[in-house]
Amino acid sequence: MAITLSGDQAVPAPPLSSRLTPAQVWGIVLLAPYLLVFLAFVVYPVSYGLWLARHPASYVELYNDPVFARAAINTLIFLVIGINIKMLIALVLSGFFAQQRTWIKWLSVIFILPWAVPSIPTILSVRFMLNPEWGMVNHFIFTFTGDDGPNWLNDPTIALTMAIAVHIWKSLPFWTLILITGRLAIPHDLFEAAEVDGASWWQKFRFITWPSMQTLYVTCTLLSMIWTLGDFNSVYLLTGGGPADLTHVLSTLGIRYLRLDQLSLAMASIVCAMPFVLPLVYFMMKRLSR
Amino acid sequence: MKLPGVSEFSWRDVATEARLLLIGIPVFLWTMIPIYHMFLFAISPKEDAFSGKLWPDHPTLHNFEIVFKQQHYFLRDFYVQFWNSVVIAAAVGALTLVVATAAAFSISRLKVPGGRVVLNLALFTYFIPAAFLAVPMYRTMGNYGLLNNHWSLILAMVTIASPYAIWVLKQASDKLPVELDEAAVMDGATTLQIFRLVYLPLMMPSLVAIGTYAVLLAWNEYLYAFLLLSNDQDITLPVALGNFLSADDSPWELLMTTGFIYALPPAAVYYAFRRYMVGGLTAGAVKS
Repeated sequence: MAITLSGDQAVPAPPLSSRLTPAQVWGIVLLAPYLLVFLAFVVYPVSYGLWLARHPASYVELYNDPVFARAAINTLIFLVIGINIKMLIALVLSGFFAQQRTWIKWLSVIFILPWAVPSIPTILSVRFMLNPEWGMVNHFIFTFTGDDGPNWLNDPTIALTMAIAVHIWKSLPFWTLILITGRLAIPHDLFEAAEVDGASWWQKFRFITWPSMQTLYVTCTLLSMIWTLGDFNSVYLLTGGGPADLTHVLSTLGIRYLRLDQLSLAMASIVCAMPFVLPLVYFMMKRLSR
Repeated sequence: MKLPGVSEFSWRDVATEARLLLIGIPVFLWTMIPIYHMFLFAISPKEDAFSGKLWPDHPTLHNFEIVFKQQHYFLRDFYVQFWNSVVIAAAVGALTLVVATAAAFSISRLKVPGGRVVLNLALFTYFIPAAFLAVPMYRTMGNYGLLNNHWSLILAMVTIASPYAIWVLKQASDKLPVELDEAAVMDGATTLQIFRLVYLPLMMPSLVAIGTYAVLLAWNEYLYAFLLLSNDQDITLPVALGNFLSADDSPWELLMTTGFIYALPPAAVYYAFRRYMVGGLTAGAVKS
């Protein structure tokens, strides 16, 4: 193999094997399987998808579909309200689970269950509990008040709230666990010193806990937002996007178009989410690869 | 100072305990109610399940018998579907381990040129919302002719599990002292021998964590399985559970029983490997 620079001046390039050490050759060989997976199942599908979403007509059609506007708003509600409520609860619970008590240790073992077990049977279980006629929730409401409870999944506002609740039920344990790790990393003598000075629990939180956990908390919130955009199960298994397609979020909407064989609309709806996703991804990558 | 054998009783402690219980009891109920409800359905005869009772008048294992004997239209292929779930989860676990361990070793120990770039690309994949990637992935699998083939789901799940696996394994591998490799090289070990005899044994705890993570991810996956597989004989258990809903008079007590059986293995695996999982996975998830 030779690289021809110009005319008759041919400079033979050293053979590949002499420029790379055996370790580097092995490095390339061992990296190859992942690179193949990445090219075949990330690069190709993403480029192909973007190519399918290239027609401006798709975006006009999307814009004119009332389901899209509703799904975009629902996604924002999910992200802004749902995630912040979840992370605040996780922050409070991380303090609770950091307490040294035998019964709290046992509770923490149980608490992890929603995260460990699969979504489909548990979310369907919630779906049945909310059934207006047969469900346990309305049965209780009737027993205690004598009134019929609401038709939980038939009112879009309540149904979306319930989908957010299901999402929180499922992912709260994971974030609580991460925040507990963050809390336990705070040096204990800081709290002891504060106690000697007679600090209240709020002062301890305000001046010790929060400053040490702030970065972690923000990172977790952002990461949770990205993952929630990809959460299909909470909405699809609970409401199926209904009633009347009013509880769709972007992830279920994309799949809905896909099922309707409107692939360019499916891709276009995802491309529309990119202005939100990419800054989050960029920020996360900067944080993690520091 | 506390003297042994003398218990100190104070109203302050009682108040603290009461306040903790005020959080603990709702947390317990919140966590357990959907799971208990599933269990309650599984042990209830149909009439009891729909009556809203907290404990059935006549608890029974009859539902389990129906499931295990496949005595219902929806359950005709229960064992085949269970087996599909097992095979796919095992394949995803094994392939993810191979792909990710090789990549992590290459990037972290062999310092392969461009390794940093690959790691960043992998991280980027980790952040693509799963449901967003599903849309183009579905078409891609069609183009590759893999739809309704178990390989489509296996390869899709390996794609999704690998980035995080590489990330966690790379973090763990960076912590191993470089002198180990140097000493092995001095003793005349080849790269492959270092990989097999030095690297893999030291990485065992992280490998267990990652293997478990990939297996659980594949076992619990619904969306990709539902898109990529459709024949009754090919689908995994979660897709079969989703299909229960297509009927107007879905047999909910059987749905919940099957769901309960399906949820047991991951719960058991999780508790068996909890020690590895919590340390290995949370450390990699968010660098604090």
